[in-house]
Amino acid sequence: MATLWFMIVAVMVAVYVLLDGFDLGVGAVHLFLARTDEERRTVIRAIGPVWDGNEVWLLAAGGTLYFAFPLLYASSFSGFYLPLMMVLWLLMLRAIGIEFRTHIQEPVWRSFFDTIFGISSILLAIFFGAALGNVVRGVPLNAEGYFFEPLWTNWRVGTDNGILDWYTVMCGVVALVTLVVHGSLYLANKTEGELNRRARQLASRLWPLQVLLTIFSLIATVYAVPNVLANYSKWPVGYLVPTVVIGSLAYMYFAHSRRQERGAFLASCVYIIAMLVGAAFALYPNVLPASTGANFSLTIYNTAAGMHGMTVGLVWWAFGIVLVTGYFVFVYRMFRGKVRLEEGSDHG
Amino acid sequence: MDSALLVHRLHFAFTVTYHYLFPQLTMGLAPLIVILKTLAIKTGDERYGAAARFWAKIFGINFVIGVVTGIPMEFQFGTNWSHFSRFAGGVIGQTLAMEGVFAFFLESTFLGLFLYGEKRLSKGLHWLSAVMVFVGSWLSGYFIVATDAWMQHPVGYQQVANGSVELSSFWRLVLNPWAGWQYAHTMSGAAITGAFVMASLGAFYLLNDKHIEQGRIFVRVGVIAALVFSMLQLFPTGDAQGRMIARNQPVTLAAMEALWETQPGAPLVILGQPDVSAQKIDNPIIVPRMLSFLTWRKWTAEVKGLNAVPKQDWPDNIPLLYYSYHIMVGLGTIFIAVAAIAAFLLWRKKLYETRWILWALLVMLPFPYIANTAGWMTAEIGRQPWLVYGLMRTVDGYSKMVSAGNGWFSLLGFLGMYSVLSILFFILVGREIERGPEAVQPNGLPVQINAASMAGVEAR
Repeated sequence: MATLWFMIVAVMVAVYVLLDGFDLGVGAVHLFLARTDEERRTVIRAIGPVWDGNEVWLLAAGGTLYFAFPLLYASSFSGFYLPLMMVLWLLMLRAIGIEFRTHIQEPVWRSFFDTIFGISSILLAIFFGAALGNVVRGVPLNAEGYFFEPLWTNWRVGTDNGILDWYTVMCGVVALVTLVVHGSLYLANKTEGELNRRARQLASRLWPLQVLLTIFSLIATVYAVPNVLANYSKWPVGYLVPTVVIGSLAYMYFAHSRRQERGAFLASCVYIIAMLVGAAFALYPNVLPASTGANFSLTIYNTAAGMHGMTVGLVWWAFGIVLVTGYFVFVYRMFRGKVRLEEGSDHG
Repeated sequence: MDSALLVHRLHFAFTVTYHYLFPQLTMGLAPLIVILKTLAIKTGDERYGAAARFWAKIFGINFVIGVVTGIPMEFQFGTNWSHFSRFAGGVIGQTLAMEGVFAFFLESTFLGLFLYGEKRLSKGLHWLSAVMVFVGSWLSGYFIVATDAWMQHPVGYQQVANGSVELSSFWRLVLNPWAGWQYAHTMSGAAITGAFVMASLGAFYLLNDKHIEQGRIFVRVGVIAALVFSMLQLFPTGDAQGRMIARNQPVTLAAMEALWETQPGAPLVILGQPDVSAQKIDNPIIVPRMLSFLTWRKWTAEVKGLNAVPKQDWPDNIPLLYYSYHIMVGLGTIFIAVAAIAAFLLWRKKLYETRWILWALLVMLPFPYIANTAGWMTAEIGRQPWLVYGLMRTVDGYSKMVSAGNGWFSLLGFLGMYSVLSILFFILVGREIERGPEAVQPNGLPVQINAASMAGVEAR
């Protein structure tokens, strides 16, 4: 049962990264890609109707984590106190940037909102990458299952961890590049003309960097967290995951060079899922490894909620997720296709 | 009081108080927007359509701030109250996760359709999306109230070996009797805010001689809703809530009323300042025996006083609790009076010309917010010193790993961030109010506005 909920939470996180990932990526690049007010409005319209729903996946995944693994939620949220507070502030700035720009027409205000939207999107992408890096690397848990990390200590991977060290910073950069490519490919799908051309151009320029960073991060992970491959040796089927990662990168290049916008975006989705699955696979059954000794690690077993809760949870969760899937299919169909400004309402 | 505990309490109190200024309006406006949309479709009168679009904009601004200030609430269970989460997460995680899966998705999906999709959707579907936003926001309210109700009156749980609690009965948690009345009282309170805000803005337009047609609609819909919900707020919801507290948290009721001694025929204190150390009330105005009657429906019934329990189980801030409760009740009474007079004048067809009552409606604007805030303060300060009533004390629930210094860091950050949000909020809402609803001809058809005058509106 705990394994099932581990998979459910992992899936919800993955969906969050896929969906909010593209609007984060779009936010991160729109300052550079969209130059006129009209282009900016097109960009905002491409994500406007969906970004809020995408972000709800973060809340829903958080809530699900809370009820299925309360100790994990308690321990990790208080331990990552400082970066989470900053994530909250960035999420606020981002929401203000995208939503309030439509209410005020003056250029000064629009530049203000566009800038905070862009900067907060960039920083969030880096923070989320660094967060994942922290989970993979492990944190200094004590015997009660708690820890507290300062923002940085000596930038080294060891027992005296800060949130930021060379490894987690690298994860942040990988996340930023990944989401920028993901967002650019999404934007290429939703736009035409000059904007479409620039979005595709950015994605192709970043592709080599993404490949290099992927290879580098895999090597760095094995170096920084030597036992990360334990599950892979135990169940060699896991080696399929890096194969999918490489395959998706190759297909992204192939589709992109043939101007198959949808194919390239889907390849990026597969790439992100494979990277996350690879991390989850390596962690299992740990959910928060301890850098202070394996016996302090939080696992799905020592953090899980009671059996009754998890069983009834399964019933309503399954019911709820069917509804949610319905909403998303409906909304994405409703706003499918390229964005054209003139058909819009006054929101835009 | 240990200072880390103080910071974590202030942290949650500040962020939740600020947060709830926004959902109370969106939850209150949502049904009113549905009413306006329904009237627009039923009568074919475009004035109602324009009114709904105008309120949707106000709703949208409030919704955004409600969402972004709401995310920190869920996070803080883990960041600032991790020992509480470890203890109770297996139970209240249920309702919080259900809020995410059932309410937030519904709300955000249909709000997107409602705000962005009027031209893409058919009339019926657009109406349906307004209804769904209403349902989503009220559903979300239920899950939050059910969570709080469990902390007030824990049910459906069992203690487990590691000291925490886990769920033993899903339905007892979800159908907690405490949640039922608390929800009705909370939602009615939110509706009062929505109603008075609408009436107040309508009165503003009428007194200013601007947007007369729309101003009348706002005043009419607002006043009727304000009357209905401010009556419901007193009876049955407020009455039932009070008696529930008397039965389950007698010490809370005693502290709310500053009743020091257990006594038959207990009086109701209308005004006066409690002095906790001397155990008396300065310059009191009281109604003899009224508290006994209100609580037990008998003039001579015995009501438990603070002396019935040891001091360590008293709420730790009795004056603040007493004032919160009295401010809430006092304002609630004023709401009924103002709404009743305005509704009477509406019925006599004199409301729109009677300037003093329009002024009264206008100045009502901040008071429902104050009353709702005071109500929540009554509930939460009244529960002290418990975090989960009878099971976990507040002093045991905060994050022991997060120092007071780190707590102050983020509390100050939130103070700064919320100041910025407030300024932006007032600028944006001020502009929407200044611009007003779109002009509609008396026959209910939209006025044709040419591009030049539109540009003029935008340049303002």
